[in-house]
Amino acid sequence: MTISIDPQKTNNESLQPKGWLRYFSFSLDHKVIGIQYLVCGFLFYLIGGTLASAIRIELASPMSDFMPRDVYNQVLTLHGTIMIFLWIVPVVNGAFGNYLIPFYVGARDMAFPRLNAVAFWLIPPSGLMLVASYFVEGAAQAGWTAYPPLSITTPQSGQIIWILSVLLLGGSSIFGGINFIATIIKLRRPGLKLMQLPMYCWAMLGTSLLVVLSTPVLAGTLILLSFDIIANTGFFNPVLGGNVVVYQHLFWFYSHPAVYIMVLPAFGLVSEILPVHARKPLFGYTTMVFSIMGIVVLGLVVWAHHMFTSGTPPWMRLFFTIATAFIAVPTGIKFFNWVATLWGGKISINSAMLFSCGFIINFVFGGITGVALAQVPFDIHVHDTYFVVAHFHYIVYGGTVFIIFSSIYHWFPKVTGKMLNKKLGILHFIITFIGFNLCFAPQHWLGLNGMPRRVAEYDPQFQFVNQISSLGALLMAISTIPFLINVFLSVRNGKNAGDNPWNALTPEWLTSSPPPVENWKGEAPLVEEPYGYGKEISEQK
Amino acid sequence: MTTLDSSKEIQKNNSEVNETHEDFRMFGLITFLIADGMTFAGFFAAYLTYKAVNPLPDGAIYELELPIPTLNTILLLVSSATFHKAGKALLKDKNSNSQKWLFFTAFLGIIFLICQLFEYFHLPFGLTDNLFASTFYALTGFHGLHVTLGTLMILIIAWQSRINGGRLTSQNMFPLEAVELYWHFVDGIWVVLFIILYLL
Repeated sequence: MTISIDPQKTNNESLQPKGWLRYFSFSLDHKVIGIQYLVCGFLFYLIGGTLASAIRIELASPMSDFMPRDVYNQVLTLHGTIMIFLWIVPVVNGAFGNYLIPFYVGARDMAFPRLNAVAFWLIPPSGLMLVASYFVEGAAQAGWTAYPPLSITTPQSGQIIWILSVLLLGGSSIFGGINFIATIIKLRRPGLKLMQLPMYCWAMLGTSLLVVLSTPVLAGTLILLSFDIIANTGFFNPVLGGNVVVYQHLFWFYSHPAVYIMVLPAFGLVSEILPVHARKPLFGYTTMVFSIMGIVVLGLVVWAHHMFTSGTPPWMRLFFTIATAFIAVPTGIKFFNWVATLWGGKISINSAMLFSCGFIINFVFGGITGVALAQVPFDIHVHDTYFVVAHFHYIVYGGTVFIIFSSIYHWFPKVTGKMLNKKLGILHFIITFIGFNLCFAPQHWLGLNGMPRRVAEYDPQFQFVNQISSLGALLMAISTIPFLINVFLSVRNGKNAGDNPWNALTPEWLTSSPPPVENWKGEAPLVEEPYGYGKEISEQK
Repeated sequence: MTTLDSSKEIQKNNSEVNETHEDFRMFGLITFLIADGMTFAGFFAAYLTYKAVNPLPDGAIYELELPIPTLNTILLLVSSATFHKAGKALLKDKNSNSQKWLFFTAFLGIIFLICQLFEYFHLPFGLTDNLFASTFYALTGFHGLHVTLGTLMILIIAWQSRINGGRLTSQNMFPLEAVELYWHFVDGIWVVLFIILYLL
C-alpha cells in the first residue's frame, strides 16, 4: 500500500512561524527539529559544564571546603545525568541525525514527523525537571547510575523527580530511534541501495537498534526503582529481601549500550568529515558497515564488565572479559580505516579536520584503557577510581564531544549559509585539546594510585596532580568562549559560504545552503558514490 | 536563518513531482512493540533471577492458584480470534458485523480485567509482603495496563467502524490492523507471563 503526499497538508505545515520564531514552535521540519535539539543540548552542556567546574574547584584542595559533601554528591549526579541524557545523547543522535539522515536517504522529511517533534518537545520539560530536582529537598545524590541501596535510602523526593525525568528522556530517545530506523530502512529514495548510504546512516541505524532494544529495559528498571521508593516494595532493597545486583544487571544492560549510543553516531560523523577534508574516498566502506553492526551485536552482551566487583561468578567474569576484548576488533578496524583515509590525502587543516584528528588521538587512549579495564585483575585494582573517570571522559568528551564540535564546524555553512571564522576555530581547538588532556590524562595516574571517584575529599598526597587536572578544566571552560563568539559573529556577519564550500559529494551539499523547506527543488538527487573523491568532478555529475 | 517563501516553493515542488511513498506506519508500530517487549523481557529476567538466587524468607506467603489465570488465558486467546474475525468482516465491507466482533473483543478484555482484579483481592499476599509478591503485582499490573489501553483502543475503533460516518472502512484498515497487532502482542505476552509466573 502506498500513501500519496497530500499537497494541501504540506501547505498547512508551511503556515508555521517563519524566521527564528519557528525554533520555538512545534515544527515538523526535520531541519528545524535538528537545530532545536542542538541548541537545547548546548544550553544543557553549559549547565553541565558549570557543574563540572564546581567539581574541579572542590577537588583543587583535599578537604571539602568549597561545598559540603552531600552537595558535592548531588552536583556530580546532576553533572553526569545532564551531560549524558541532555547533551550527548540528544545532540549526537537527535540533532545531527534529524538534520542529516533525510538528506542522506534522499527524503523530504523523517518517516514520522509528528513523532519526531514530540520526541524533541519531551526534552525541555524533562530537562527542567532534572534541574529542578536539585532544588527539591533530598536531591538525587547516588550518581547517574542511581545504584540502590543509596538511591532508595537517602532522602528521596529529588530522586523521584530524577527518575521521572530520565524516564521521559528515555521515551524521547525510543521515539527518535523508531523514527530513524523507519527513515533509513523505508524512506530511501528509489534506486538508492543500502550499501550506497553515507556511513552516518549506518551508524544511526546501529545506534537506533541499540536504543530500541536496550532503553526500554532501563525504563522498566527505573519503574521498579521508583516503586521501591514510593510504595515501599523491596525489589532492590536487601532489607526487604531484594537484590541490588539485579538492578546493576538491568541498569548496565541499557547503560553499556548507551556508551555505544553516545559514540557510534560520532564514528559515523567522523566518517563523513574525514573524506571531505582529506579529498579521498572513505577507506574500507564495507568493513566499516560490518564493524558497526559487529559493535551493535557485541555491545548488547558485555554489560557485566561494569560489575566485576559485584560478586560476579568466575564464568561470568570470563565470558564478559572475552566479549569485551572482542569489541576492540571492530573498533580497531574503524580506526585503521580512518587513518588509511587520511593517508596520502590532500589534507586541509581547518577547524573541523583538527577536531576530527583530536578525536582520533583521544579515542585511541580511551580505547586502550577500555581494553585494559576489561581484564578482571586490572579492573578490580582500579574499580571506582579516577582511572575509570579518565577512561570514560576520554571516550565521551575526547571522543564524542570533539566530534560534536567538528560537526558544528563542518555543517555550520550548510545550516546557515555562513562560514565560521577559521582562526577562532583553530584557537578553540587548541585550548580544548590542551585543556582536555591536561584535565584527564593525570587522572589515569590518580586512579592507578588509588584515588577513589565520587568522593569530595582525598589523600593530600594527590593534591598537586588534582590541581593540574583542575587547571585543565579551567582551560576547557575558557575554550567555550572563542566558540560562542565565533558562532554569534558568524551568524550575524560571517563570510557567505555558497552552496558547497567544502566541495563535498554527500547529498546534503547538493541543495542550496541553507536548504529549502522539503530539502530539494524537484526530485532528490541519486548519489551512488557519496565518497567518490579524487575522480574528476565532472565524472561525478 | 532560512527565510524562504516556502508556500510558493512547495507548490512548485509538488507540481513538478507527484510523490508517493510506502506506508510504513505498521513498520513503526512493530519497532515500537519490539521496544515494549524488551521492557517485559527486563521484568521477566528480573523475576527469573530472583527465582534462581533469592530464597523465599521463612513465613512468607507466595502461592498462586491456577483456575482464574487459566480462564484469563482462554479469554485472551478467544479475544484474539474474535478480533481477527472483525478484521475479516471489515475487509468484506460488513461494517456492522465487524463492529459486533470488536465490541465482543472489548467485552472479553473487560472480563479479563475484572477476573484479574478479583484475583488480586483474593490472593493471600499484598504488594509489599515479599519480593515475589511485589514482582507478581508489578508484572501482572504492567500487563493489565496494556490490556486496559488495548480495550480502550478497541472501543475507539469499534466506534469508528460505525456504518454512517465512521472513518474505518475496507479502504482504511490501518487503525484496525494496528490495534489488532497490538492486541495479539499483549496476548502473546500474557501467554509467556502465564508460563513464567504460574506454571514454572
